[in-house]
Amino acid sequence: MSLKDLISPFYVWQRAFEKPYTQRRPLEERPGADRYRGFHMNVLEECVGCGTCETICQNHAIDMVKVEGLEPKPGDSGLRPKFDYGRCCWCALCVDICTTRSLRLTNHYAWITEDPTDFNFVAGADNMSWNGHEKGYRRDDEYNLLCLDRVEMDMLAPEEGLKSFDEVMKGYTEEQAKIEADRCVECGICVATCPAHMSVPDYIKSIREGDYEKGLRILYETNPFSATCGRICTHRCEEVCPVGVQGDPLAIRWLKRAIVDRIPLERYREILGDEVVENSKTVAIVGAGPGGMSAAYYLRRQGYAVTVFEAQERAGGMLRYGVPSYRLPDDQLDKDIEYIRSLGVEVRFKTRIGKDVQFSELMDQYDAVFVSVGLNVPSKLRVKGEEHPRVLSGLQVLDDVASGKDPGVGKRVAVIGGGNVAMDAARVSRRMGAEVTILYRRRIEDMPADPEEIHESQAEGCKIVIQAIPVEVKDAADANQVSIVWGEATMVADDKGGRPRPVLQDGAVMHEETYDSIISAIGQGGDLDFIPGEYRDQIEFKWGKFVPSEYQRTTLKKLFVGGDIANNTADAISAIEDGHHAARGIHKLLSGELVA
Amino acid sequence: MQEQNTSIDLSSGKYVKVWQGPQHPGITGNMSLELVLCGDEVVECKTHVGYLHRGFEKLMERRTFIQNFPIVCRIAVPEPTFNEYLYAAVVEELSGLKSPERAEWLRTFNLELMRLASYLMWLGGVGAAFGQGTVYQWTVTHRDFVLDLFEEMTGARIYHMYIVPGGVRAKMPDGFEDRARKVLDGVERLLDEVEKVLFKNTVFKTRTKGLGIISKDMVDHYGIVGPNARAAGFARDIRKDEPYLMYDQVEFDVVTGSASDAYERAVVRHQEMYQGIRIMRQALDRMPKDGPFQAKMPNVLHWEVPAGETYVKAECTRGEYGYYLVTDGSQFLRRVHVRGPSYTHAIAVMEKLAVGTNIADIAGLMVSLHTYPPEIER
Repeated sequence: MSLKDLISPFYVWQRAFEKPYTQRRPLEERPGADRYRGFHMNVLEECVGCGTCETICQNHAIDMVKVEGLEPKPGDSGLRPKFDYGRCCWCALCVDICTTRSLRLTNHYAWITEDPTDFNFVAGADNMSWNGHEKGYRRDDEYNLLCLDRVEMDMLAPEEGLKSFDEVMKGYTEEQAKIEADRCVECGICVATCPAHMSVPDYIKSIREGDYEKGLRILYETNPFSATCGRICTHRCEEVCPVGVQGDPLAIRWLKRAIVDRIPLERYREILGDEVVENSKTVAIVGAGPGGMSAAYYLRRQGYAVTVFEAQERAGGMLRYGVPSYRLPDDQLDKDIEYIRSLGVEVRFKTRIGKDVQFSELMDQYDAVFVSVGLNVPSKLRVKGEEHPRVLSGLQVLDDVASGKDPGVGKRVAVIGGGNVAMDAARVSRRMGAEVTILYRRRIEDMPADPEEIHESQAEGCKIVIQAIPVEVKDAADANQVSIVWGEATMVADDKGGRPRPVLQDGAVMHEETYDSIISAIGQGGDLDFIPGEYRDQIEFKWGKFVPSEYQRTTLKKLFVGGDIANNTADAISAIEDGHHAARGIHKLLSGELVA
Repeated sequence: MQEQNTSIDLSSGKYVKVWQGPQHPGITGNMSLELVLCGDEVVECKTHVGYLHRGFEKLMERRTFIQNFPIVCRIAVPEPTFNEYLYAAVVEELSGLKSPERAEWLRTFNLELMRLASYLMWLGGVGAAFGQGTVYQWTVTHRDFVLDLFEEMTGARIYHMYIVPGGVRAKMPDGFEDRARKVLDGVERLLDEVEKVLFKNTVFKTRTKGLGIISKDMVDHYGIVGPNARAAGFARDIRKDEPYLMYDQVEFDVVTGSASDAYERAVVRHQEMYQGIRIMRQALDRMPKDGPFQAKMPNVLHWEVPAGETYVKAECTRGEYGYYLVTDGSQFLRRVHVRGPSYTHAIAVMEKLAVGTNIADIAGLMVSLHTYPPEIER
């Protein structure tokens, strides 16, 4: 022991006069760090209620609950996370996985309450002192638990695609499908949005598991046109996919196709195992499009003798005659249809109701009738001179191509419209070697066509002219040509909050161009002349369409309707659901469950 | 466990049996010692654990791979980061993920910061156990400054949940580097002062020198690791021997001693804190300031790790800390075993060293071994 060792400890005294480090609460408050993982906050308007936070929570501290006064928009489950602070450990996994980034933690960390049930609260909905607080844990921009990038599908190069009508999209390989399927968060928002309510997360899961047979069974529970929908569905499911908020939505449509692509038609019977037990009741279906054939499928499986009447030579309706084969090859559509026919559904081709068979005969001879005739009368442009022989209808062009005829569009073509028919007509014309200009009255973002369709049209060399309103169609100097006069529209904000309207204002710049043909594709209407007046008087119509009630039934007790002629969405998947729904209704009616 | 000493007859009146713990502040956490005394001298010591068993290894079998990272930090409360790192590393090894370089630097920095915080608390603890309460107040204050850094960087003071399989959760906040350097400078000054008031302190020296000597042959026999082994002259340090993260890119010395008593063990840890600060300064200098800090991950909601088994180890403040993981290709791990050095140090070594020690030094002896009961039981 040295003297130094005895003195050394007294060194501590030098600190006696320092200012203390201790903070004097409550006189001094110490806020949490900017990144502190404190109490939860949720931006209710940004949250879509996907429940991924609930799924990942390792403490089961989150329940998705309905919130009073919250009106869910499409693509929103209407549920919001409720936190149980008796279970939460503030790990913020919920924040990391949040698909919309609406969920955050604030840097508030002290909360005293007399009522322990207060610690169960809906973040953002219940009134908490930290709501709207800016600081606290946010997911770092460069850190992510979601897989945001879609697996790109191989496709024909645009210059290759133009040379033929071969399918452009090549489909996923098994490996690609698995990786894409892995991105799903299984929230089920898509199920609610899909018109047919397909069990999307379940069939995506079957891809992850590599069980394609199970996948096919899941598909056929709600959709007997899976090869078709896997290619050309309007995929509203993808528009609401929460993964799409920060990245690319799941390629739900392509994944559906991935299942069907892997199973040949010959194996369908064995996998789907649908032996039909006849029940001696009969149903007539008018129109062999997706609606009619879907109804036929579900009815046939329940043992009904189903007869489908089709005016055309082949089944498929607008899928056959309105969708070009580079998007939906004939053999794929045939796969869906042939399977339905193989169950014993009788299709009478080239049989037009009202001409070959009378509507009243159907109503008299069958136990129930389902009408799904679609829309096949092109809408008029309503401009002077549109009766010019070089003004063609988009539908007619597509029909001709599908039937193997040359529509004769010429070398320079203008397509008018912004829907899928317009894009199809334009791309078909490109394949015929024409130079194509698409004239659309609104902006590109307003186009009703699928974004992929627009993109691919452009990639294939179609020129899109926006805010172009046709004014007049004129004779050109050459009798085989036609001129169109169009004006540059101004977008005017809608007072009622709707999307802006294109208006041709005084002094608008006018153009006149000459083309070999003008293809009008601005929509189509229905033709219900085959229904005699005595029936018509008893049925409700609006804007030339049926207005069905529950189970797609009309006021005529045994008449059910569906498809484009009875809904406003006018797409294949809605028609399929109408057919399925009507089949349920017909079954209920004929088994006495539905009041006649 | 020691063999029962049959020569002790409790009814003879010569002995008295006392319990130290589980609430005794000299016990680092919840465990207890059953001591038989003859006068002031301990003649028998039995350790008792079981107050802190939370079944983490079993709990982890019921959680998915991503759900486990927030619970492993609780396995050793004062040193959560080593658990976070080892869990991440063991999962990465079996799943084939490679965390990016920037994340590896951030992890290295974090682990050393954790080591510093843990040692600061220990240094105060060892002071307090020998009557030097002032040292405890100083070091715990500075530990709080270190925890402030953790709070800024990770969002929490104790359970950081920062290191995740695949990388780390966030980059350094703006201005963090300067603040970190200031804290490190402050700690370094503190260590110099502690040198004067503790290591040169007669009371401390007298009580710790010669206390709890771990002989050289005990080291391998008992599986003693870390500073306890280094104080006995074994220059063993996983960071040097089998470098992981960025330890092969930084310069530091392995501190060893020879006396192998409580004093020497304190000196070794005190000196190691300087080395840790040295490593952290190099990490701050050299880590990339941009670039990714997370590997490309599968969807964690249905993340399946291929079947396999592996053991990954790291040097924590107490020595070798390891995670043994078995997976079966599902979304859940089949078995995980957490191997912490406290098991040996707090049970077998303690039972041996306590015999012959004065009852008044038992708390100090226990602290000098630096053990964490939550890690023994998990």
